[in-house]
This record gives sequence, structure tokens and C-alpha cells, in this order.
Amino acid sequence: MRTFTGRIVAEGTITAPAVVSKGGLNTLASFQKALQFGDKKATCGDQNNPDLYGKAMAGKALCLPRTIGSTTGGLVLYGACSLKRQPACMLFSEPIDSLAAAGAILADIWIDDVTMPVIDSLGEEFLEYVKDGMTITVKENGVVEVE
Amino acid sequence: MNLTEKQQAILNGSEGETLAKVMKTMVRYGEVFGADSMVEITSEYNHLVTSFGLKALSAVYELFDQLIEAGAISKQQFSMDPRPLDPNVPSNFLQNFVFKNFMYTRQEEYEKQLKQLGLMNENAFTCACYMDEVGNTPKKGDILSWSESSAVVYANSVLGARCNRNSGVIDIMGSIVGYVPYFGLLTDEGRKAKWIVEIKTSKKPEAQLLGSAIGMKVMEDVPYIVGLDKWLGTLDDAAKTYLKDFGAATASNGAVGLYHVEGITPEAVELGRELLAEDVKTYVIDDAELERVYKSYPVIWKNKDAKPKLCFMGCPHMSIEQLTSWTVKVEEGLKKNNQKKVVIPTVFTAAPGVLEKFKETEYAERLKATGVIVSYICPLMYMNNPLSTKMPVITSSNKLRTYTSARYYTDDEILEQITGGAK
Repeated sequence: MRTFTGRIVAEGTITAPAVVSKGGLNTLASFQKALQFGDKKATCGDQNNPDLYGKAMAGKALCLPRTIGSTTGGLVLYGACSLKRQPACMLFSEPIDSLAAAGAILADIWIDDVTMPVIDSLGEEFLEYVKDGMTITVKENGVVEVE
Repeated sequence: MNLTEKQQAILNGSEGETLAKVMKTMVRYGEVFGADSMVEITSEYNHLVTSFGLKALSAVYELFDQLIEAGAISKQQFSMDPRPLDPNVPSNFLQNFVFKNFMYTRQEEYEKQLKQLGLMNENAFTCACYMDEVGNTPKKGDILSWSESSAVVYANSVLGARCNRNSGVIDIMGSIVGYVPYFGLLTDEGRKAKWIVEIKTSKKPEAQLLGSAIGMKVMEDVPYIVGLDKWLGTLDDAAKTYLKDFGAATASNGAVGLYHVEGITPEAVELGRELLAEDVKTYVIDDAELERVYKSYPVIWKNKDAKPKLCFMGCPHMSIEQLTSWTVKVEEGLKKNNQKKVVIPTVFTAAPGVLEKFKETEYAERLKATGVIVSYICPLMYMNNPLSTKMPVITSSNKLRTYTSARYYTDDEILEQITGGAK
């Protein structure tokens, strides 16, 4: 087991299996089909993301460097949270980008019954170490356990 | 965050609970990026990305209802991204059924909300809102609360305005409180380039391919591009059109919010290499690099040899310069290939205001005669469903390629295909 520490963007604690995107997550391309057509697993639809394409994201500890692409990104994440199809948590190796931050903050402030812990700045080593299926535990104070 | 008395009062609820929540959202958004203050928005108009009344995003419309009911409405009017539907665009019975009964079921209701929230006018639906024919063109130095990645990167780079890559909903919330947090691309430091990109191609690089290569390399960083002025000349209408398409590709294939082109874009002209940050990295782009990037695009059509059923041009929306030059190119292509009309149903998309202006020119009838359809639709929204995904659609938009199953070809290749010259 290894422990990494980052910065808390949205609070919460959770344990979930990891899914890992080594490249930037294109939020719109990844979530759009899942949101529109009732896919409760939120299967990633981004053809340009070989790590995640075709894999379920809902309920998973989504490990990524950052998000990229359309500025609908924040509201797409907000929409996923409102439909309860969001990742269990989002863990960024880099400092969070403006679109993912918007989604996390909007969900935190405007949706009452949803928790999606978001930690950023976990470092490159985190993304090198974590693999699909590993168990992730997000603890208090920005601590992330990977085993 | 150091707030002014007025900002602090709003946060404390002086103007109601809903506006306090809006301010809280903006303050938290800024704090994540180390902003120490909120600055006033100075642009005349805002621009919003969420133009679609999508059933799956009901939470967003409910949030907007809360804003309207609480009177939390901006005095700043706004343009919007393009509408998702247009009856002029070819679609089959099943597609129409899905569009109207499963996807855009909230469109009418949402457009009523937009009018209440401050939509500029009925024609203000385009991703290229900065065009003269639309009328939402910020001035150099203006502070914006815009979203729409292609519009933000254009406003920052070509117009010299200052705007972060804001998400949908954050865009309107900034406008409602009248302030945006001061960080990133609003600051002089945030506008410095971390990359020098040297263009060493043997011909003018394809805008959408060059933008894709740079976006994928630099991701969210600011690139300073040298050697492109040789191909662009000056910042005339043709160069602006090129930079529109180039920028959209940098923003969708990566997360670029600002680029500088030496000798061309306003800040590069004014400050030159003073815009370079310390420890700048270098990326050289030659013909081989563009070829490598082009070949790296996956083709996700089930039958990779399928005959295209539709061609979309205009993501982002075309300029009048593009509509005109493409009219001539299509005519010449058809003549060369002994065809009367395009052999693949082809849609050119542009802002309603641009289309109106285009219709006043002789080119409109000439383009119509080639069989090309013009529309104000958002091609991306048309493509975002399983039925359209199964259709072999071609495009020269790298943004459309990134977000959908559309297959990318260069402009010349598209022209050959739609005019019947491709084997």
C-alpha cells in the first residue's frame, strides 16, 4: 500500500476501485452518451482515450492528470452528479483545471445529497503507481491510500 | 480572497440567499486557483456554452429556474452556442424521433429561460459570437466571463481580451454577480508562454491539424508560435478565419485558452518575446510531425471503408469569408470532376447573422446550386446520439472529430470527396 497527499478541492471520504486515465480526461466526450441515454455505469465514450474508452466511471475512483476539452465540462460533471452517475471521487495528479473545478464546486454547493470528494496535486508518482482495479481510500486531510 | 465591502455583503446575503450562493460559487472557484480578488467584468456582452435543452441536464435548468425566481439575473446580455436542431439538415425519421422525444425535450422551455436571463436576440445562437455580423466582439483588455472553448481562445488570442476557460454555469454566474476571480489568463503572468512552437512546414499548415498538434502537445499551457506569420501575412479576414479554426482545435484537442502568434496576434505584436516565460520548452512542427498527428487519429466507424453519408463543415461556425471561398472551391471541384451537385449530402454551418449576410451576396445562390445546404445548427449536438454515431460522417473539423464519431479529412480531401473526385 502507498499513501499520497494532495489538496482538497471538495471534501469527503470514500473507498472505491480505481479507473485510471494517463492522459487528460475529455469530460464531454467521456460522459455525453452515458448521460443522454441512461447508462447508469457512465461508460466512457471518448474514442481518443485508450485508457478509459468503454470502461465504467460511475462509482469508481477516477484517477487522472486533469480534464481537457469543451467548456461544457463543468456542467457535464454537475449533470452526472445530479443523476448520481458521478465517479466516487476524482483524484488529480496535477493541479485541477478550471472546468473540473467548476463541476466539483457546483455539485458541492448546489446539490444537497451528493458527495464526490475531489483531491488534486497528488503528483506524477501517484498516476504512475495507481492501476485499474486497485482499491483507493480517500481519507481526511487530502490523504489517499492506494492498495 | 480579499473581497470589497459590496462583494462581501452579497456573500453575506444582503441581496438574498440565492445570490449569496452564486457569489460563494465564484469565490470558491477563485480560491481553488489562488485568486486574491474578484475583478469587474468589462465586456458589453457575455457568451454562454449551454445552448441545448437536453433532458439529461435537467439539473442545470432547475438551477436556472432558481436564479430566475430569486431575481438573480445579470444586466449583461449574452449570446449562446448554436441551436442543436435545424429542419434543413438531413436526418431520418428515427433521428428526428430521438432528437425530439429523448434528447432535446427541454429545448423550448430552456429557450424561454434564456430570454428571461438576458439572451441578446433570437439570432444570437453561434459559437463564433465574435464575428461582426453577430455583434459580440470584445475589445482588447476587456474582462470576460465567457465559456465555449473556441470562443474563449479566440477572444484571448485574436482580440486580446482576458478570459479564463470558464465552464458552463460559471459563465452566467460571473455575469450575475458582475465579477470574476482574478487568476490565470486574466493576469499578465498567466498570459506568458511556456512553449515556443516553431513552424517549419513546406506549405501553409492545415489550421485544424496544426491546432490539434499543438493542443495535444502543450495541453493547457500558452504557446508562442513562430514562423506562422510567413503563411498568414497580416491579421486580415482570411487570417482571422484561419486562427478561428486553429484555436478551436488547440482548445478541444488540448485545453489551450490563449496562444500568441509572432507578428500577428495583438499581444505578440505589442510585446514580442517578452511574452515568453522562463524555462520555455520548444516544439518543432514540420511536415512529418503533422503527418504523424494525422495518422494517430483513430477511426471508429464500424466499416472503415463505408461511403460517407454526410459531410459537416463549420465547427466552429464558418465566417462569411469561408462561405464565399468554399463556394468557389466547390464549384471548381464539381467542374473538374464533371459533376453538377455534391455527391455527399453536405452542410455548411454558420451563425444566423452570417447566413443572412451571405444570402445578400451572389454566392448564396451559387452555393445552393451546388447542392450544399447551409444551416445554423451545432454539428456536435447533431452527432451526439447513437443513431448519428452509426452514420459515416466526414468533416475537416478537429473539434467535431474529437467529440464525435465524425472522421477527419483535410480541407482538400473533403473537397475531393464531396465533389466526386475521390476514389
